[in-house]
Amino acid sequence: MDGSIQKLFLAVVLLFALLIGWTSRWTVFSATALDNNPRNQLGYFRSLMVDRGRILADDGTVLARSVKAGGGTWSRTYPQGSLFSQTVGYYNARQGQKAGLERFWSGQLEGTSTGVSSVFGPLGTGTQVGNDVHTTLDPAGQQLARRLLAGRIGSVVAIVPQTGAIPVMYSNPSYDDNRPLAPCPANSQGVGCQTNLATQAELPPGSTFKIVTTTAALSTGRYTPQSTIVGNSPLTVSGVPLENDGNQSWGPVSLTTGLTYSINTVYAQVGEAIGRQTMFSYMKRFGFYSTPPLDYPAGQMTVSGERINGKLVPVTNDNVDLGRTAIGQANLTVTPLQMAMVVATVADGGTLMKPYLVTRSVNQVGQTVTTTTPTVYSHVMKPQIASELAGMMTKVVEEGTGTAANLQGLSGQVAGKTGTAQVGGPSSILDDAWFIGFAPVAHPKVAVAVVLTDIPNGYGGTYAAPIAAQMMKALLAEGL
Amino acid sequence: MRARNRELVGLIPASLLLTAGFAAVFIQRSNHLSGLSLTYGAVFLGLCLAGHVFIRIALPYADPYIFPVVAVIACFGLVMVYRIDGATLARQQAQWFVLGLVLFIGTVIFFRDYRKLERYRYVIVTLSLALLVVPRLPVIGESVNGAYLEAHIPGVITFQPVEISKVGLIVFMASYLRDTRLVLAGGRRVLGVTLPPLKHLGPLLLLWGVAMGILILLHEVGSSLMFYGGLLAVLYVATGRLSFVVIGLLAFAGGAWYLATHIPHIDARVVAWLHPFRLSEYKALGGSYQIANAQFIQAAGGLFGQGLGGSIIDVPGSNPVVHWLPAADTDMIYAVIVGELGLFGASALLMCYLVLVQRGMKAAILAGDSFSKLLASGLSTIVALQVFVIVGGVTRVLPLTGVTLPFVSYGGSSILANFVLVALLLLVSDRARRPGVR
Repeated sequence: MDGSIQKLFLAVVLLFALLIGWTSRWTVFSATALDNNPRNQLGYFRSLMVDRGRILADDGTVLARSVKAGGGTWSRTYPQGSLFSQTVGYYNARQGQKAGLERFWSGQLEGTSTGVSSVFGPLGTGTQVGNDVHTTLDPAGQQLARRLLAGRIGSVVAIVPQTGAIPVMYSNPSYDDNRPLAPCPANSQGVGCQTNLATQAELPPGSTFKIVTTTAALSTGRYTPQSTIVGNSPLTVSGVPLENDGNQSWGPVSLTTGLTYSINTVYAQVGEAIGRQTMFSYMKRFGFYSTPPLDYPAGQMTVSGERINGKLVPVTNDNVDLGRTAIGQANLTVTPLQMAMVVATVADGGTLMKPYLVTRSVNQVGQTVTTTTPTVYSHVMKPQIASELAGMMTKVVEEGTGTAANLQGLSGQVAGKTGTAQVGGPSSILDDAWFIGFAPVAHPKVAVAVVLTDIPNGYGGTYAAPIAAQMMKALLAEGL
Repeated sequence: MRARNRELVGLIPASLLLTAGFAAVFIQRSNHLSGLSLTYGAVFLGLCLAGHVFIRIALPYADPYIFPVVAVIACFGLVMVYRIDGATLARQQAQWFVLGLVLFIGTVIFFRDYRKLERYRYVIVTLSLALLVVPRLPVIGESVNGAYLEAHIPGVITFQPVEISKVGLIVFMASYLRDTRLVLAGGRRVLGVTLPPLKHLGPLLLLWGVAMGILILLHEVGSSLMFYGGLLAVLYVATGRLSFVVIGLLAFAGGAWYLATHIPHIDARVVAWLHPFRLSEYKALGGSYQIANAQFIQAAGGLFGQGLGGSIIDVPGSNPVVHWLPAADTDMIYAVIVGELGLFGASALLMCYLVLVQRGMKAAILAGDSFSKLLASGLSTIVALQVFVIVGGVTRVLPLTGVTLPFVSYGGSSILANFVLVALLLLVSDRARRPGVR
């Protein structure tokens, strides 16, 4: 009998070994597969229980915070709503959706478990508390941008040239990020109000692009601001006549005059003279043909460049109309962010800083977890050339197409370039009105890009330049 | 060290475990350590000491490891119930432990010479079988998820007769086989297999019929497997014939297969066992929701677990509470243990059970008479099988069934029955180790 009992115990041992084997199967060997099983809601449950950190403006204004939703869960609220929604985005655990900074900085906002771990578990509150994220965004600047756009579709982006910090990024249409699923307001005109125009628009830059062409031209050494070009109209470009504004013939003029009065035929010739390769390489230095290096979800940013049938095509492609590209037409599309980067480069003496929205993340006990250090994106042009270009752009504001930016109190301190891009076919009277500029010229502290879309006879100098100037004036007055 | 002193020292880990566990749950809940957790520990330690003192007086020669290991398992269970259900149910569970201890003491006193159980074997088996039928009776019977396991007298008590019957049936088998084992072992060999004489084959067939009857009556594979396995184990120890076990298991498998394909609720459990993540199964009422979620919770546990209170068993923020893991405090308690204490913690618990079984088997080997041997080995086996059936169900070794994890799951009848079982083991052990009695 005793032998049988021993064998019986052996059988029990085998059964228990089987149990431990199967337990380890689920806890170790198949654990990852189980964690990723579509029926597994534990990850979702945990996300409901995370006290995400706040998102703060540069003055500490709360842009997003978590509020208790009962049963140990949290939900997100956005006190500033549509004023910041395009940039801040939203986080909706119940729908599993996130956008904007809420998405890009989700890791920091979620943070990691706090408290001391032990065999008996995480001692402490048991709640996962995230880090606060401090942004560069300036509430006064955002409010002014919204007031100046006055409900019109458009975008305002401001950059601090020396660092790449973005104090203002506001676009119409906007939406209330407390209710991301609510229908869009009537003025969104099929764009969809959750499209961030500042980073996702595909707009023709018009004459603001002449800054890129000028940079390339001066950098080749074949042109100086004083180079003379004949600005008669019309001029046959790629087999099709190109006219100046009002079909005005200017005769021989300097490159400076060409920029001041935005003479298309001058710049078409310059573009064709410097060639596709040069144009392409300078565009890339400015950030065209790349996803913008912004701390913002790549899925919510559009690459600027030549687009033929919706596809990016390098300027080196023979199908690209080089002459018209040089004046910001043809099939060139850009984002307001990209044009702000272009003008910030000139303001920063030819160096393009990586733009950024978040300065640092701070944990619950006040320790800084991450800090953004201003980083060079590319050296676009020599300081000498940036300085010459700044001089030419000052003329634009003093006596050219951009005089509306010559506000009292900023007189002689603004450099800029207008852009008026016809949209919607040859017979359309609708224009995208652009202005890009920076101030003060001697020691630039802020660069802005402003665009209003689909304005009837919307000259950039008339519509966008005053907005840009007021933005700069206000931001400078704030002591930015 | 003398046996009783070893037992006393063995109680230290139990009380430490309980105090530390309660403290951890307390901190998890309210973020501060309250004196109440220490009080719980002290009260329970007091109970353990009382049990120990009683054993010291009444069963001086009993195995010194059985009582401490039961205390460890029980403390473990109390912490888990407290963590899952909160103070009220934990207090009820603790009260059941007090009652269990009283019953333990009563059993030891009343069946001091446990061999007199043999005299009542037909009474015991009749009562045991009658109890099993209770859940099928109108009014007091109750069906839980299609299985008939509970009897319910409104306002008085809800209990699982299965828990009580299992002890009775083992007592009967041990007694019956003590008489007939030699006859059964000496059968003729047919085709290389020893068959018992026809006259004694009857009772074995009856055994199979009883197990099948339980299965049909209760719609429960798990309990009948536990019974049947226990009975086969006693039969094997009594006769030493493996062929009986093999034939018995084949017969059971055949019967179970037939029933699994013909009773819808058992069939559903088998499908849920095989395909827990299939959407149709997952969403079906009485489908695989529970077992699939148990897998997820175990996976989240990993090697070391997420700590007590770390598993999510209810849908966060749901009001009224939606249980993501239904029956977390009873059938599914092992999944919560794995989720919170990990593979290592769960293995440690299984090792405790293995120690208990081993000590029971040891008592059987040391025992001088056949009845004691059969009783101790049978009771030990049935504890092991109960653990195997429920843990195997939660870990998907077997289809899930509704038996309790001894001393851990919430539930009074389970605790009471298991205390009686432990009392019998200690009685056998005390007699076996008493000097000069062999």
